[in-house]
Amino acid sequence: MAHALEPQAKTLAEAGGSEPYGVIADLDPRMRIAITCLFAVVTVALSSIPSLLTALSVSIGLLLMSRLPIRRTLKRMAMMDSFIIFMLVLLPFSMHGDTMFTLFGFAASWQGFWKAIEIALTANAVILALMVLVGSMEPVTLGHALHKLRCPEVLVHLLMFTIRYIEVLREEYLRLCGAMKVRGFRPGTNWHTYRSFGYLVGMMLIRAIERSERILDAMKCRGFSGRLLLLQEFNLTRRDYWFATMMCAICVSLLILDFQ
Amino acid sequence: MHIVDGALSNPVVIGGAIAAAGGIAMGLRSLDLDRIPTAGVLSASFFVASLIHVPIGPSSVHLILNGLAGLLLGWAAFPALFVGLLLQAVFFGFGGLTVLGINTLNIALPAVLTWMIFGRLIARGSAIQGAIWGGIGGAFSIAATTAFVAISLAMSGDAFLPAAKLVFFAHIPVMGIEAMLTGFAVMLARKVKPELFKKAVLT
Repeated sequence: MAHALEPQAKTLAEAGGSEPYGVIADLDPRMRIAITCLFAVVTVALSSIPSLLTALSVSIGLLLMSRLPIRRTLKRMAMMDSFIIFMLVLLPFSMHGDTMFTLFGFAASWQGFWKAIEIALTANAVILALMVLVGSMEPVTLGHALHKLRCPEVLVHLLMFTIRYIEVLREEYLRLCGAMKVRGFRPGTNWHTYRSFGYLVGMMLIRAIERSERILDAMKCRGFSGRLLLLQEFNLTRRDYWFATMMCAICVSLLILDFQ
Repeated sequence: MHIVDGALSNPVVIGGAIAAAGGIAMGLRSLDLDRIPTAGVLSASFFVASLIHVPIGPSSVHLILNGLAGLLLGWAAFPALFVGLLLQAVFFGFGGLTVLGINTLNIALPAVLTWMIFGRLIARGSAIQGAIWGGIGGAFSIAATTAFVAISLAMSGDAFLPAAKLVFFAHIPVMGIEAMLTGFAVMLARKVKPELFKKAVLT
């Protein structure tokens, strides 16, 4: 699915190669999702720098345990940082407090600086834990696990369809792009480009709708009665309980560290 | 335009999550099981479309197309866009986990508003008229999204006001591009598959 992001990119689950995953991959997906949510809520509730640093190191520890490709995972995390960097740079200047330094007559405050650091640490800790614990699953497993966690059935089906068709539609998009290229299309900042891209998007959507009609016909032909069966079974083992207990203990100690 | 974890205050995050859950529930109710394939395939195609980069001057912007998503999906835009955001957060690391609700609200509510305001207008008159209304709808949904993002930042503290304003002004060119692309996409759809908006695929 991550081909969509960049050529040859893989989801973290596919990227590990032949090496079997570390400790994380053997854990029950449902438990991984639940623990990630708990960890995210606790981390967002933290407000002191030491406790946030600890939270981030817990995420990095999970990354090491998971034996995911470290550089690629961290690079993906850094991609998110590039989105928020402007907001973080602005914060010291827009928050009032003790002056740290002055730039072109604008005073940067320590309070704003620490607030920016706090946000950056929280965001990175949560997203890294999310990618390591949940993002390392097969996308389809994620759907099954969410179903077992009592997510609405229709929402899970929608998720499964989306996962299934992202790759198909991306190929269609590339085919249309190729067709434009052989006809000499080169994108630029002009009316022609925007019109062509608009037609491209329109064509993609029309084809998608026609495809979905064919899919529904094919499903009905095979006896689709409005229910999809999700067959994957999960079971909690002793290791899952150990991991869950450890993570809960970590969350509690993070909160204690924060209150001190 | 993703907001990350830790930036917003708790009331905003919780309020956003509750409102998004309501929107998703509305959307799911409008999806009987016959329509799931259509919604799923459209949700996937908006996911792919959001990866298209369109050149603008020396740089490029990626598309959001939530207006078009609303026009085609109606209330179902809520679950469809939520699924997209969930997949982006989990597998690509864009956005965050606790802010999924508010991010969904900021993108999907403008989509639904666009559908309510412009849904009938784009199906009327000639293809050109439909395209113009579609273009206005596309610009409106981006304007509303940036305004919602700015409001959620501003409600979390005055310190975010400059960032909120920056978000809004930085997206003015994006509005123009989305308007043109949505307009042309609507025009093509009106010509190639005229019954598309008449049926209003998923109402």
